[in-house]
Amino acid sequence: MSTVLTIARVEARRIFVSPLAWAVLFVLQLILGFIFATMLFGYAQNAQVADQYQGVADYIGGGLFGFATVLLLLVMPLMTMRLFAEERKNGSITLLFSAPASLIEIVLGKFLGLVVFMLATLLLLAIMPLTLLSGTHLDLGFIAAGLLGLFLMMLAFGSAGLFVSTLTREPTIAAVLSFGLLLLVWLIQIVANQQIPFAPVFGYLSLIGHFESLRRGIFNTADVVYYLLFTVFFLWLAVLRLDIERN
Amino acid sequence: MENQILIEARELSRRYGATMAVSGLNLTLRKGEILGLLGPNGAGKSTTMKMLAGCLAPSGGTVTINGIDLAQDAKGAKSSLGYLPEQPPLYPELTVDEYLRFCAGLHRIPAAEREAAVTRSKQACGLVEVAERLIHNLSKGYQQRVGLAQAIIHRPPVIILDEPTVGLDPIQIREIRALIKQLGESHSVILSSHILPEIQAVCSRVMIINKGRSVYSESIENTAQHRVESVIAGLRRPPSIETLKGLAGVNRAEALDGGLFRLGVDPGTDPREALAEAAAKNGWGLFELRSQSKTLEEVFVELTSGDITVHETQKAA
Repeated sequence: MSTVLTIARVEARRIFVSPLAWAVLFVLQLILGFIFATMLFGYAQNAQVADQYQGVADYIGGGLFGFATVLLLLVMPLMTMRLFAEERKNGSITLLFSAPASLIEIVLGKFLGLVVFMLATLLLLAIMPLTLLSGTHLDLGFIAAGLLGLFLMMLAFGSAGLFVSTLTREPTIAAVLSFGLLLLVWLIQIVANQQIPFAPVFGYLSLIGHFESLRRGIFNTADVVYYLLFTVFFLWLAVLRLDIERN
Repeated sequence: MENQILIEARELSRRYGATMAVSGLNLTLRKGEILGLLGPNGAGKSTTMKMLAGCLAPSGGTVTINGIDLAQDAKGAKSSLGYLPEQPPLYPELTVDEYLRFCAGLHRIPAAEREAAVTRSKQACGLVEVAERLIHNLSKGYQQRVGLAQAIIHRPPVIILDEPTVGLDPIQIREIRALIKQLGESHSVILSSHILPEIQAVCSRVMIINKGRSVYSESIENTAQHRVESVIAGLRRPPSIETLKGLAGVNRAEALDGGLFRLGVDPGTDPREALAEAAAKNGWGLFELRSQSKTLEEVFVELTSGDITVHETQKAA
């Protein structure tokens, strides 16, 4: 366990000393701030739309978080692409491989380091709707459900990206492939809406379907379990992939 | 125990697709030895070292490090091991201190002892002045030293160094060699190189690998002694060639310019003493006497030149 934390600490440090993380956070915050402000003005000027929603938390929080998922789909592959691909490219991966650390510890350590970045993103995302606390009666449970949904979604994106990063030695290829993979799992939802056999199965597999209810403030254990299983599955694939590489 | 075996590899082989990179390699490293792995490019040196360091699983054979089987207890075996691959495994965005602290943690040095380990390792590799600098900004030589510091930070009994002096300037090469020699006193070191003088300068034993097989394994002392090929003797009043041929251990003799003679030597014998005695007794006027031994370079060229097949070289060795 201490090995996992040691790797996680250095991974988090390496993420935050790179300009990439700050550029990503800057762009996220800029765009989401713009969306947030636009929605806020729209809500203030056109109060009757609020009737269609369950209050300000639903309108602004839900809307903001819904938009954030699209942005995260675009930027998470950038954050995961370096995890293993870059290490393999510059040879530093041998440091981990020759150290007394198991592959599970290495993968978990890297992933935990990435989770630190996710938490920073989440914090920045949470601050915007929470500023409404001063002027409105914000439904905190609603916001919390949305943030939990976003966090779970990031875990899923991160684990899939981490796995793809173990497949190649070129970070950019890892980014493109994980973006493609995530978008594909996302778009399974379209198949689920068609009149075809097993449509509900596709609906269940889609990344976005499970976020919808959390975004609307509905906490369902099945959704949480879906994201956790998704995450564990891809981390496990990454461990298998690294083991194959050694053989 | 003085002769404790720290690394033992048996029948090690590694296949990449259809190519056998290493096949049937046996290797033993005892405590206090510095073993030099020599071989032409692509002979399987790096592959062998990767397998010894546990970064690559062998297709066949076993590796035991400090008595622990690498395949069965990888963590236990690797804790006795320090490895510097061909390309030092560095994180350029960290400072030297941050990086070494991480390596100390990775090798499970208790938190209380980490700072001391980092300091010791920095001192050993001459990194004290650059401790606060980003690895990215260091020169290649310093980066190599950081890689070396990483390999020795946990004081492992076994250190594996893959071409540790490649890309360094002559002064840095000397420093790194001195450091390796110093390490060899308290650790066991395996070192690969294709620079022959380096192996001769640093190692106590040499192993030549060609086409994935070990073709030569001998101590440096033996390499120097056993290979006396011929003796050059300078005589003012030389006897006949036949007389010289008649000396014990001499199988052929030829006259060179300036009163010099080259005497071919039977393998494993050294006729110099007998020649000196005979010269003194018969008044030949001996003014020069030296042996011409086969250098490591000649051994190397002989064993690895492309015309000879592996099986022939094995017989020859």
